[in-house]
Amino acid sequence: MTSLSLGRIVRLTLLSLGALVFLAPYTFMLSTAGKAQSEIFSSSLSLIPEHWSYVENFSKALSRVSMTTLLMNGVIVCALIFIVQVVVAIPCAYAMAKLKFPAARLMMALVMLGLLVPIHATALPLYVAFDRLAVLNSYTALVAPFSISVFAIFLFLQFFRAIPDDLIHAARLDGMSESDIVTRVVVPNAWPAITAFAIFSVVAHWNDLFWPLVVVTNQDYATPPLGLLYFRAAEAGDDYGALMAATLMITLPLVAAFLLAQKRFVEGITMTGLKG
Amino acid sequence: MASVAIDMPLALADRREARISWLLAAPAILLMFLFILLPTLAVVILGFTDYELGYGGFRFVGFENYAELISDRTFRRSLWNTAVYTAIVTPVSIVLALAIALLIEAETRAKAFFRTVYFLPVASLLVAMATVWQFLFHPSIGPINAFLAYFGIAGPNWLGASGTVLYSLAIIGIWQSVGFNMVLFLAGLTAIPRELFAAAEVDGAKSWLDRFRLVTWPMLGPTTLFVTTISTINSVKVFETVKTLTEGGPNKASEVLLFTIYQEGFVYLRVGYASAITVVFLAILVVLMFLQYRILDRKVHYA
Repeated sequence: MTSLSLGRIVRLTLLSLGALVFLAPYTFMLSTAGKAQSEIFSSSLSLIPEHWSYVENFSKALSRVSMTTLLMNGVIVCALIFIVQVVVAIPCAYAMAKLKFPAARLMMALVMLGLLVPIHATALPLYVAFDRLAVLNSYTALVAPFSISVFAIFLFLQFFRAIPDDLIHAARLDGMSESDIVTRVVVPNAWPAITAFAIFSVVAHWNDLFWPLVVVTNQDYATPPLGLLYFRAAEAGDDYGALMAATLMITLPLVAAFLLAQKRFVEGITMTGLKG
Repeated sequence: MASVAIDMPLALADRREARISWLLAAPAILLMFLFILLPTLAVVILGFTDYELGYGGFRFVGFENYAELISDRTFRRSLWNTAVYTAIVTPVSIVLALAIALLIEAETRAKAFFRTVYFLPVASLLVAMATVWQFLFHPSIGPINAFLAYFGIAGPNWLGASGTVLYSLAIIGIWQSVGFNMVLFLAGLTAIPRELFAAAEVDGAKSWLDRFRLVTWPMLGPTTLFVTTISTINSVKVFETVKTLTEGGPNKASEVLLFTIYQEGFVYLRVGYASAITVVFLAILVVLMFLQYRILDRKVHYA
């Protein structure tokens, strides 16, 4: 059924108009990044630059902040956080789901409490403690508070409960230790959950501004959102051409990753989302 | 006698399993203690002190911080602004997301395309996109006001005037969160058994609106409840756009809770006072969770 009924025309029109509005920021970002200063100030609605100033704006953006450092920091911090979160959460979730764990109910209460407490609530004492320990301005400060993800425990717990007990009994009869079972039976079965969590974790921490803003004052440890804030501060005037070039460069990695893996991405959000 | 003989090794096995459980969970427990329990407790205690970073000592001042909060105009403003922002962003982003999800679901082709477009803001760096929005909202060179000028409307100074700044931030907030809610609604919609619609049609629900009212909406109950909770909590946590674009201004018109906490605690280093605000913030989150699960839960039809 691809005939154009009236309902379908209305639907497609609405969806397309909405899409234009939702894409407008990207359209103007792309267009403004290629315009010279004078042109930005004269014509607001023409999308195609009269003079192509992409090279000029991009080199300006690149010379003001170290874009590679920013992106590298983003990758390092997100990767470290994700790896530690998974390594800590999986054994814990396995013990809660599949072993006779006398404290399982207490653990569940802890997890629920943890889901309620965001980093914004614990930031002050953590900041004071990190200041005392002199670890501000370091990867440690950026990563440590996120080493525990109760959300990961919760998600993996739901997932592990679905793994048949027989599979684990069989592994035990084969003489595998519990840690062997975790690494060789549970983890290989949990890849969908791990992928889903990876998406959730990376998006959250790539985007986070609050915590990096609190613990980092040194550009060397700036993550992409923080770097952009520095760039804006350095860019006192309204040099929107360079500013758009910088935002374009910093937005691109995650957007590209999303476009490449969007099916997984959406599945991940649905899966983690509905169970969170 | 025989039962004892069997029970003994079983009890032993249980104890062995318990020991292994503790070992496997130990790192998680330790880290939860260090980074969740202890700091949460600390923030409550700090809220009763006059601790300021950089000064050596501090003393317990009881409810003095809370008394100061009540009379603090900045705090009251920030509480009010957060409430207004949440009251706009949450319902609008939910209704819009549901509408888009219904339109996309009814479509046979181009589903993936539209889903991608509306979801794109979720996957974009908010601080970066806020910068783009600042350009769009620019009073003299921004495309939005240029567009309005075509119709002879003189656009406002969106982010620069205290009357419009909160609404401008809310527009960005809605734009950013619709896609996330939409994906959850799409998931909820695909989970509704097709037979229900057929059955409703047989029972006389002829129009699209009847089917929506009788089948879709009740079946989406759990999804809607979840989306409402998440959206409300996320709106209360608005920070990125405020810090990037307005710094709470002009005239504290966009001062929100997290920005006040950030400013008092990490800029003025008044840790005790900022902790008291944090406790209020945490209390709001607790109340929200409680309300939504207790009151809304009863109205939800679980499948």
